[in-house]
Amino acid sequence: MIKLEHVYKAYSAGIPALNDVNIHISEGEFVFIVGESGSGKSTLIKLLLKELEPTEGTIIINGKELNRVKRRQIPKYRRNVGVVFQDFRLLKDRNVYENVAFAQRVIGMPTRRIKKSVPRVLSMVGLAAKYKSKPRELSGGEQQRVAIARALVNEPKILLADEPTGNLDNANAWEIMKLLQEINRRGTTVLVVTHNIDIVRAMQKRVITINQGVIESDTISGGEE
Amino acid sequence: MSFFYSIQQGFKNIMRNKLFSLVSIATMSACIFLFGIFFMIVTNFQKMVRTAEEGVAITVFFQDNTSEETIFDIGQKIGMRPEVRDCIYVSAEEAWEDFKVDYFRGAEELAEGFENDNPLANSAHYEIYINDVSMQNALVTYIEAFPEVSSVHRSEVAANTLTDFNNLLKYISVSIIVILFLVAIFLISNTVNVGIAVRKEEIAVMKLIGATDYFVRAPFVVEGILIGLIGSAIPLVILYFLYQKIIEYIADRFNFINSIIDFLPASNVFRFLIPAALILGVGVGFIGSAITVRKHLRV
Repeated sequence: MIKLEHVYKAYSAGIPALNDVNIHISEGEFVFIVGESGSGKSTLIKLLLKELEPTEGTIIINGKELNRVKRRQIPKYRRNVGVVFQDFRLLKDRNVYENVAFAQRVIGMPTRRIKKSVPRVLSMVGLAAKYKSKPRELSGGEQQRVAIARALVNEPKILLADEPTGNLDNANAWEIMKLLQEINRRGTTVLVVTHNIDIVRAMQKRVITINQGVIESDTISGGEE
Repeated sequence: MSFFYSIQQGFKNIMRNKLFSLVSIATMSACIFLFGIFFMIVTNFQKMVRTAEEGVAITVFFQDNTSEETIFDIGQKIGMRPEVRDCIYVSAEEAWEDFKVDYFRGAEELAEGFENDNPLANSAHYEIYINDVSMQNALVTYIEAFPEVSSVHRSEVAANTLTDFNNLLKYISVSIIVILFLVAIFLISNTVNVGIAVRKEEIAVMKLIGATDYFVRAPFVVEGILIGLIGSAIPLVILYFLYQKIIEYIADRFNFINSIIDFLPASNVFRFLIPAALILGVGVGFIGSAITVRKHLRV
């Protein structure tokens, strides 16, 4: 499902952001990526979204080698990868419904199908009643759930979450994690970049630790894989 | 589906960014207004020049004893040339009649002495009016090549002055239109830039969830075109009324100008100005927004 082989990424002549990274993630897995600020976690997410190109190495996602994906094919590729950010990145001038529907309009989904799928995914994240609200009228946790709904509405096989709980209090952070776990249970491969060690420990999932661009450990529930 | 969505979003964008839209429309209107004013002046000037050109004639005289048949034959050949608007034959009798009227006014009995002996017996000639004074030299060379032609009279100074003036007018209009066009593109691109900077995050989100370049660009381009359309329609309406008012005002107050310049009617000017201004406005809106959005698409 996600395979990184000898991936290097250097921004300039200095220390590489990622240095000979090898990761294999199977379909349906739930994986945490942890590490200090500047360890290379965000670079990894950007590589997976093809926002950046690796300096060396191969990245294969859903059987597709990213180096071979041409610029004009990037939009199509990204539609198979849902993404959630720390700062939610919702469109502030549109309501909850429109924010989620937007992801479907982007791929040219007919309106009658949007009208079915958006309420379905909103009820899954528990926001069906707030479909008319603007992002500023929602709490941080609710905004993140809208972002998750938007990431899921096109039913991607992979969900990337870059610090999804970074801006949330503990209670909300747990709500989001439970939601991600539920999404994973339904079959989506989930990759979560986080700082929140308490949650990582409690969830007992696979944890990949990156330090200065190098994979330091790859463990499950506290034990070596 | 996404085509209509883009158009709908283009309209919504204008409403979402009211201030930005207003600034852009005002900028566009100012440019088109200047263009319109300039266009009106140039078309009226051109008309003046054309009227003056129409008055410039070439007179062709023939050798003595050239038969009327040959003269008609040559006249036909001259009349066929594309630059010739009118080729009028003036026979010796007509020339004498004209002469009599001009010189023996009030003393017609003096002219009667010549009744049977036309002093202008060999003065049958053509008066040739041409479409384009810049072609005068070529035409004269052509006519002089006929062996039967004795002399060709022309107004060289008038022709040259008019040709020069016409060329000057062409250069000035082309340069002013180019300058206005560039200024308008620069200003629109700048204002769209501000609008996009505000929505940079939105564009980044669109790209990350898999929007194609077309999907991101289309609403901005629709917005640019709409701004261009509105920004050219407003000055056109103002200019239409202004033009009529100015013509009326000049006709009322400055009679002497009226005797020199015969202003083009508004319908004549606007028949060309409306499409030109709309094409310019929509073109600038399209190019300005397309170029600017393009720069911001690399996410």
